[in-house]
Amino acid sequence: MTTMTASTGRAGAAPPGPRLPAPVAPLLDRIRAGREFGANVYSTVDVLWVLYDRILRITPETVEAPERDRFLLSKGHAVAGYYAVLAAKGFVPLDWLDDQGGPTSRLGDHPDRLLVPGVEIGSGSLGHGLGLGVGTALGLRAQGLLTPRVYVLLGDAELDEGSNHEAIAYAGATGLANLTAVVVDNSSATHGWPGGAAARFTVNGWTAATVDGRDHDALHTALTGQDNHRPHVVVAVVDSGE
Amino acid sequence: MRETFVDTTTALLAEDPRTALVLADISAAAFAAAARRHPDRVLNVGIREQLMVGVAGGLALTGLRPIVHSYAPFLVERAYEQLKLDLDHQGASAVLVSVGASYDRAAAGRTHLAPADVSLIDTLHDWTVHVPGHPGEVPALLRGAVAAEGSAYLRLSTLHNDRPRAGDGSLDLVRDAGPGAPLLVAVGPVLDAAVAAVADLGVSVAYTHRPRPFDVAGLRALAGTEVILVEPYLAGTSARVVSAALADRPHRLLALGVGRQELRRYGSPDDHTRWHGLDAAGLRRSVSGFLAPALTPAGR
Repeated sequence: MTTMTASTGRAGAAPPGPRLPAPVAPLLDRIRAGREFGANVYSTVDVLWVLYDRILRITPETVEAPERDRFLLSKGHAVAGYYAVLAAKGFVPLDWLDDQGGPTSRLGDHPDRLLVPGVEIGSGSLGHGLGLGVGTALGLRAQGLLTPRVYVLLGDAELDEGSNHEAIAYAGATGLANLTAVVVDNSSATHGWPGGAAARFTVNGWTAATVDGRDHDALHTALTGQDNHRPHVVVAVVDSGE
Repeated sequence: MRETFVDTTTALLAEDPRTALVLADISAAAFAAAARRHPDRVLNVGIREQLMVGVAGGLALTGLRPIVHSYAPFLVERAYEQLKLDLDHQGASAVLVSVGASYDRAAAGRTHLAPADVSLIDTLHDWTVHVPGHPGEVPALLRGAVAAEGSAYLRLSTLHNDRPRAGDGSLDLVRDAGPGAPLLVAVGPVLDAAVAAVADLGVSVAYTHRPRPFDVAGLRALAGTEVILVEPYLAGTSARVVSAALADRPHRLLALGVGRQELRRYGSPDDHTRWHGLDAAGLRRSVSGFLAPALTPAGR
């Protein structure tokens, strides 16, 4: 970890308001430009930051390299934090953050892989990232690219989409070890997931870790907890409504 | 056509390590040998069509060339948003190969009928659509589609003409009734019935197994003022293309194909061909009616 942040854990009383990784906070503010963001924007930033800062083997110079790790943002509306992290890591120029969503902006309210360097998939309609991630993981394996990992970030409400369960069952049954799903769980699924989101994966043979979605060290441990024989899911729990 | 598809795909998987095949149980048994030889590139995801197309998109993003195969309604209609987003929106491409065209599985009823597949594909941008009229046309069309870069849809049918026709999909003049004669364009397996239908009428007949991109230049070269389209899928699917191609010319267009109404009848594909007026007798009725005003002697 290269940067200490204000959000390394929830020990003690949580301070009011969003606590953001220091390099990201001003960039997110620049994107926000006085607008109101939903709490879910802030709740996703921590896991995005831990991934890009500590885990993913990808840099602005390797966005086309076959050996790179892939990060697929399936819940495409969590985009402001994503753009801020990509800018903090040099994937997109800082001045792209201004007028986000405007007529000449490359940064929409959902990301487009053909417009934004480092973005692996265009998303927005829920339930597409995990299937694309399964295909990406299979394609890497078929070409003997055994080092790269594929991470797909979803939301707990996104799991309502049945397409996810097609992917979860198949990836588990075939032991797709280079695939890791990350579910940011802010208890927003209308009918909930009794027993926890992770159970939907583990019953299909995935390994799972459920952690505090604001605890960077816990996230790091969970996101690197693959057993290399089975697909892995990290459920990052954040406050309801975040 | 299904057998030639299986043989050609099996050969392609052996020849080109970039080729992958994604299945959702349909035809999995026919590809068992290929799956044993190429376990990482023959992928049967089970009865999961959304995943089938999503996986194809992911494979393509890593540089592979996926062939995706199922029954037409499950391949095109059930997973339509995956075609739109997991392929097109990602800038990824694949070769889709369906069986069960229109009413090939007539006795199976509505769930297995898919006359709207080409119309749906036509809402996407820049796809090539092949509708072979004979099993002998399949290998070259499939090889060409896989070797190309863009997305393609191959629509295989149990119905076919008596003999295959080569060519790249440009309009192939099968019967020439002379300059200015009405032009009938037959797509894929409806050719033989169309030729029989107009045997004693002064109508030229052109054939294509590639309705997209439609051979606009060929149409403009061959067409007079009367154009008849006969397509083995939803009637009117190519009407917009013909209308646009001839927008600068006064012309009349008759677009024949499978009707929109759900018949709620079983029977055989030949029965449905007749019920939709796509047999020789039905086509002759429609074409004669369309041309009747033009055939009316001047001055009456």
